[in-house]
Amino acid sequence: MARFTGKKAKETPALNMGSMSDIIFMLLFFFMVITTMRESSLYVKIIPPQGSEVTKLEKKSLVSYINVGVPLQDQQKKYGTEPRIQLNDQISEVSDIITFVELERNQRPEADRPYITTAIKADKQVRMGMISDIKQELRKAGALKIFYNASKGGKRK
Amino acid sequence: MARKTPGLNTSSMSDISFLLLAFFLMVSNINSDMGIARRLPPPLPEDVKPPEVRERNIFVVMVNKDDALLYNNEWGRIENLKDRAKEFLGNPNNLPNLPEKTDTEIPGLGIYPVSKGVISLRNDRGTSYDMYLQVQNELTAAINEMRDELSTTRFGKHYADLNEDQRKAVETAIPVAISEAEPTKIGGK
Repeated sequence: MARFTGKKAKETPALNMGSMSDIIFMLLFFFMVITTMRESSLYVKIIPPQGSEVTKLEKKSLVSYINVGVPLQDQQKKYGTEPRIQLNDQISEVSDIITFVELERNQRPEADRPYITTAIKADKQVRMGMISDIKQELRKAGALKIFYNASKGGKRK
Repeated sequence: MARKTPGLNTSSMSDISFLLLAFFLMVSNINSDMGIARRLPPPLPEDVKPPEVRERNIFVVMVNKDDALLYNNEWGRIENLKDRAKEFLGNPNNLPNLPEKTDTEIPGLGIYPVSKGVISLRNDRGTSYDMYLQVQNELTAAINEMRDELSTTRFGKHYADLNEDQRKAVETAIPVAISEAEPTKIGGK
């Protein structure tokens, strides 16, 4: 047994980490491809209604969003508890929509302007009065293509 | 003789890519936008009167502030809306109390009797958005089903699988005939 006692305990060989980064990069690219950038943080809470006939929104770059909902808990001191409209990064009034549409239109290339869609993202508790006001403003602004955001869901029983 | 290069230590590489991955996970969102697309009517000039529509060509859907439905002045349920709308727009037996049809030449389809029926949707300012979207959803379902039926009988394919020209033809044959009135003001706000 003498020949074993002299030896040190065997060291574990170092793991080869070279392929680890490749795997992570693959994950990274996967996520980069399937996701879209978050444009702005929401100040209003939105639970969209469900529908069975929903379709996908095409051409994301030509869409401007109007968010409607009750302000989030930490924003309620500032904006109250009634449903409000959020355009881009700020809580706005209905009368600001025309300016907003105009600004959005000017940002897009001339050739694409007829295809601009306005997506209305509203909470399901919002009353139609508000939505109608928004629609009237959009009509005045000439943004006639609209899109009601809804999540895909089964039939309501 | 060239000296052998020592192996690079690449273990921190994975840390860097993990950081990148975490960053992208934070700033992006996966959920794609789904919903119902509609077209608003262009604003009417003040002095122009809306065109007169005969009574048989209108199907009135009213939603009140408590989200209750009224079809042509009868109480109704959301489950029946799709069938009622299909019956109205299709008018399969050419009944005199359901909408008239005009024979229209449609390229790719030939002469097709296009219904003159319009679904008039009226809601209150107090109607919830949820209910409104359910109604829109049911009406869309009715139109989609009718388009699907037409495309299966004429082209032997589902509406979703049609090519551009065929789709245009079917869309002309069965248009989205939904008109929205200004909301009433009973529910407030």
